[in-house]
Amino acid sequence: MPVEFRKDLFADERDDNLAEIGKPHIRQDILGHVTGRSPFYDDHLFDGLLHMRCVRSPHHHSRVRSVDTSAAERVPGVVRLIRPQDVPVNLNTLLALLNFGRDDEPLLTPDRCAYKGEPIIAIIATSERAARDAVAQVKVDWEELPFVLDVEEALKPEAPMVNETYPNNTFDYHDRYDHQKLRFGDVEAGFAQADHIVEGEYQMSPIEQAPMETCGAIAAPETNDRFVCYTSTQALFFSVAVAAKQTALPSSRLHFIGGTVGGGFGGKVDSHHEPLAILGAMLTGRPVKYQWDRAEEMQVGAPRGAERWRIKDGVMRDGRIVAREFTGFFDAGAYTRLSSYAVQKCTGHIPGPYTIPNIASNVYCVFTNRTPSTAMRGFGITGVDFAIECHMDKVAEQVAMDPIELRILNAYRDGDMKAHRRSAKNCALIECCQVVAEKSGWALSADARAASSLRGGGVDWRAEIPETLTDQGGQIGERKRRALAPEPFAGVSQRHTVAAGSANEHPATGNAPQREDMVIEAERLGFKVSTGVPVSSAPIAPPTPPGVPVPYPNNARPPEQPDRDASTGPGLPPAARSAEPLLPRETVPQRPVAPPPAAVTPPPSPSQPTSADQAPGGPRPPRRPGVSRFISGPRGRR
Amino acid sequence: MKTPVTFTLNGADAAAFADPGQNLLDVLRRGVGDLSPKYGCGQGTCGTCTVLIDGEPHLSCLVLAETVQGRAVETAGGMANGPDLHALQTAFVEGFAAQCGYCTPGMLMAAKALLDRNPSPTRDEVIEAISGNLCRCTGYEPIVEAILTAARAPRNSVGSTV
Repeated sequence: MPVEFRKDLFADERDDNLAEIGKPHIRQDILGHVTGRSPFYDDHLFDGLLHMRCVRSPHHHSRVRSVDTSAAERVPGVVRLIRPQDVPVNLNTLLALLNFGRDDEPLLTPDRCAYKGEPIIAIIATSERAARDAVAQVKVDWEELPFVLDVEEALKPEAPMVNETYPNNTFDYHDRYDHQKLRFGDVEAGFAQADHIVEGEYQMSPIEQAPMETCGAIAAPETNDRFVCYTSTQALFFSVAVAAKQTALPSSRLHFIGGTVGGGFGGKVDSHHEPLAILGAMLTGRPVKYQWDRAEEMQVGAPRGAERWRIKDGVMRDGRIVAREFTGFFDAGAYTRLSSYAVQKCTGHIPGPYTIPNIASNVYCVFTNRTPSTAMRGFGITGVDFAIECHMDKVAEQVAMDPIELRILNAYRDGDMKAHRRSAKNCALIECCQVVAEKSGWALSADARAASSLRGGGVDWRAEIPETLTDQGGQIGERKRRALAPEPFAGVSQRHTVAAGSANEHPATGNAPQREDMVIEAERLGFKVSTGVPVSSAPIAPPTPPGVPVPYPNNARPPEQPDRDASTGPGLPPAARSAEPLLPRETVPQRPVAPPPAAVTPPPSPSQPTSADQAPGGPRPPRRPGVSRFISGPRGRR
Repeated sequence: MKTPVTFTLNGADAAAFADPGQNLLDVLRRGVGDLSPKYGCGQGTCGTCTVLIDGEPHLSCLVLAETVQGRAVETAGGMANGPDLHALQTAFVEGFAAQCGYCTPGMLMAAKALLDRNPSPTRDEVIEAISGNLCRCTGYEPIVEAILTAARAPRNSVGSTV
């Protein structure tokens, strides 16, 4: 049935046939493409165009001791140098526009360069050749610093600090959490019930988008007190806002022209060219082009970030997966860009399109001295999907089951409750599997052929939100600093538990000080904070005597203590949470003492906290505030 | 010291002053104003700057501008005859052989060189002819198909614009 439009209102409209879906339709921009007339940003000619090139760090991690630009300034054709202090607002983070994350990345870096290729000075000259010559003439005294290129190495206490805004080398979710968490049911109970445990580790390398057109922008003063900016950006409004912020111009003075992108694939959202080109036009009064060459596109251009995944499944003999646990590390490189968001997408995708009653995941957005990573085609999903589907094959092998039938058996069906407390709708994995099997001549059993996404879902446990298991300490998400609060959420139904650390979590009872949970505790050695870090000015909570609950009224927060944050499982029996965390740290370790972590320790897993408090460890391993209990102590496997 | 260079561009006289070491791509784009050849790598690896010089495909980023003195240069900007598209252009339009469009002018030039020389190429010959041209969007298959389609088009519509 066609949609009934209000024909009376549109009686004068043309009677267009809008039934286009399913028919090929000639692209409206293709005539420009085949005649070479599509207006890419570099296809705009300007008289007196100036060219900008950047002096870049040649090291993974380094500090600028001194810069001598005198020879560069004498290169014929050099018009102007732009130094960090010339950038009106030098610090930004891409998602600041969404109020997500803190400004952490300079446009031009004044001192410490955290990745190879980080720009420190921009040089504007009358020709690209002169700009290149001048860049080569800049003498920089680099102090090489220790660097870290591996996500789990970066989480070790002794790892060098990559990003001063996030000194623990992890992005702070909701200003409190060093990872993004998902909990559904009780994975440990699921593992105990399972006939097989299948574990796997999967690594996806960084992938460069490699667009045919390299990133760039041309900016020029217009005659109406505006600056025009032709840009290759694939995120025009991001770029306008970032450029307005960093140049300290109202966006009404910026005239952005884009939309013709020579291949983006996610790599043209980072909005670094536009502010620099506009700044160049502001400072020289002339048109300025800032264009990456191919080498810069490949080395400096932000790739899809690397991801490392560990998956542990509990599987029944018949192939039903009853528990699945993830630990994920997303390599953000040196700055956040979009990686923080990618981790949330990862978590939103877990556990893949399968109905599994018990799920746990911890995903970390980790800073390393690699090129900052950003968006690329389905980013946040592609890596974890790669891991999940590899793991499904591994599970199929382990239980000696056909891999497609394993997927059909475990697939979401309509009405199933997902780990995110949403009912699955319009499911089609089963049907996709059946079509793939048919097209590829893959024999399926009669049961698998007869399965349907429309049948068998949404019944019994498949429709229910199970009681959410909490960690030791009675919390879904551990705090960076131990919570001393009694139960302010008594009476809140457990049924409404949501993924801690997600945007839908229960609001805390007030606005917690941003960094209150990041205070330095005495035993947290090996922690490094730069002077610029906004450590909370709130006083450090005094140690609480053992076993003495902190007295304060329900729903009121003692000023000297961090709020019991939203990750604390609401509606838990008070006993579940009061037992251990009420003890101040100093009083806990009355346990046998074991040597420090051996060379090989098991990988950290979300459901098996390896808290330093619990480790039968002697001298407690150094800890940094903000470090998760789940991966503290022996970090990683080394 | 600039050097005067005169040549024909898509059949018409063209002239420019070239800087020492300036490549043909730059002279075509900034000196003459034909923006159809694109910069992709500047090192002869991607093919987006492909032009024809005396009918042969060349990577204009690796050609010194002075060397085209007195020669015939063709670019994608000159393929159409007024409003009438070249058979290759028509086939690219109808065959969805372009997405972002950045590699397209170079692709068309490589294909035109092939069809001008070999009006009935095999599939392998088409693949060989565009093997120096990278495309990140299409996966190449629509491009190969479009070139084969153009080769099957009426003979008088191929290679007749210059």
